[in-house]
Amino acid sequence: MSPTPQEYNKMSQKAAPNSKLWRNMLVAFLIGGFIWTVGQGVMSWMQSLGLGREDGGAVTSISLIFLSALLTGLNCYDDIAKHAGAGTLVPITGFANAMVSPALEFKREGLILGVGAKMFSIAGPVILYGSVASVIYGLILAIFG
Amino acid sequence: MAVKTGNYTYLLENTPSVLSFGAVGSKKESEGPLGQYFDVINPDSSFGESSWEKAESKMVQISVGQALSKGNFEADQIDMAFAGDLLNQCIGSVYGLRDLGIPFVGLYGACSTMAESLALAALFVDTSIAKKALAVTSSHFCSAERQFRFPLEYGGQRPPTAQWTVTGSGACVVGESDAAPFVRAVTLGCIEDLGIKDANNMGAAMAPAAAKTISRYLADTRTKPEDYDMILTGDLGQVGSALLEQLLEQEKIHLQGRHQDCGLLIYDRQQQDVHAGGSGCGCAASVLCSFILPKIRQGTLGDVLFVATGALMSPTSSMQGESIPGIAHLVHLSSSRRRKGVE
Amino acid sequence: MELLITLGKAFLVGGLFCAVGQVLIDKTKLTPARILVGYVVAGVLLSALGLYQPLVEFAGAGATVPLTGFGHLLATGVQKAVAEKGILGALTGGLTASAAGITAAMIFGLLVALIFNPGDKS
Repeated sequence: MSPTPQEYNKMSQKAAPNSKLWRNMLVAFLIGGFIWTVGQGVMSWMQSLGLGREDGGAVTSISLIFLSALLTGLNCYDDIAKHAGAGTLVPITGFANAMVSPALEFKREGLILGVGAKMFSIAGPVILYGSVASVIYGLILAIFG
Repeated sequence: MAVKTGNYTYLLENTPSVLSFGAVGSKKESEGPLGQYFDVINPDSSFGESSWEKAESKMVQISVGQALSKGNFEADQIDMAFAGDLLNQCIGSVYGLRDLGIPFVGLYGACSTMAESLALAALFVDTSIAKKALAVTSSHFCSAERQFRFPLEYGGQRPPTAQWTVTGSGACVVGESDAAPFVRAVTLGCIEDLGIKDANNMGAAMAPAAAKTISRYLADTRTKPEDYDMILTGDLGQVGSALLEQLLEQEKIHLQGRHQDCGLLIYDRQQQDVHAGGSGCGCAASVLCSFILPKIRQGTLGDVLFVATGALMSPTSSMQGESIPGIAHLVHLSSSRRRKGVE
Repeated sequence: MELLITLGKAFLVGGLFCAVGQVLIDKTKLTPARILVGYVVAGVLLSALGLYQPLVEFAGAGATVPLTGFGHLLATGVQKAVAEKGILGALTGGLTASAAGITAAMIFGLLVALIFNPGDKS
């Protein structure tokens, strides 16, 4: 007699090994913290050069995006992210990698339908739903002050 | 003539032979325990081609070339080729076989394709429809990853249940001969679905199909696991193998240490970062053609039940919230034509 | 000295953000895309509720480094645009503020795709 789907689901969950949560959290903490520190370093440097918080922030973001893109191109980013997990996903590096990696991967399918279209295949939802959330917020502000 | 035995199994009375076979792999496969058994290893998994899909077709060309040359056959001696792979519209097989002029029967069985193609090739030869038939399949880590999962340079973490798609291909020529390995019986599997939705846990999705096919074969032939030297599943991996044992225990079938899994044989899970083991059509195919068939030919292995398993989902079905059905086809390979003693 | 403290705070806050994210990856069935969307929308929400600014004050890079910071950027952009243009600002504010980041990602993505090739992970 076959088990029911519910019974089999329980069986498979028991058979699946657990990921090493504490070790993963530690590595995520260390690498994520490091990326943050680099960002803060750029930010502080920009502010020391006289840039305001906003422009300084933009330069910081762009620097991290550039680093992430370069490491993706050099085929190193995924080796770091494999260990870092959230350490590279949560910072803006994750967003940048999510745009650069499909662009790089699908160049075989051409610049338009490959690079161009696939670039947004993972990160597109971030832009869409982030904008949607901000539009809703904006409408609330505009209507209710 | 193939004779239906029980509900699902065909006994091949003329016991066709696997006349020749070839196995191709790449870097990770060469670094695994079976590396030395491959006919051709190219550490550069692009195989000199400009895309991963073309590389996979190249592997198909090479493994078929090996099988033909080792048996001293020309392509025009082969009556038909049974082939399939994981890529959309099976382009790995199509472009790999394009130039050979062999009547092409395209198949889709996901990772069970080696058993499916071998079973069909054996059935066609046993029933004299074909004098010689080719069975070939392949998989490539990069082409599978970009089609089913993420771009290669995407920075994600694989869970412990995930498996590593083998970059490899295996090809067999089946025909009439007095030499082992012989194909004694085949069981074609049904689609089995126990509701697993996690695309990162293929082993769990496929184990029910493997259990069903194995138990049907044993019931149809009125045999037990102890009657075989090895019950070799395709790519259940560590998780799927554990579940297979549990599912069969529930039917009072005890594997008695006879079970092996190609996904666990092809890589060293301690040294190579492959999590739950190898997977992909090329996994079962290359292990069969590099390691198992030679042993049956030498007589080191007597009777092997080769049960390749497949997960029949697509990215679309997964995104639509569907569960992952599994399938398993079985081929009884033997170093002798008849069962010793009892018949 | 002050720089070291700032960097130290950034390290701690950043590390904690990521450790929490790691729990989401390991313990939930959420796909990375869903986690990214969740973080951005959370950033918009926290910013709208005025809860994100304290984080920015405490650890400046907290505004720009994580994806929640991206949401914060969208929200403050919309705030400014609505103040200047009224309801039209709801549509223009978000993307205008985040234009630098998105455009940078697109341009670098194209450049990398033109210069480099993906490699087999094996």
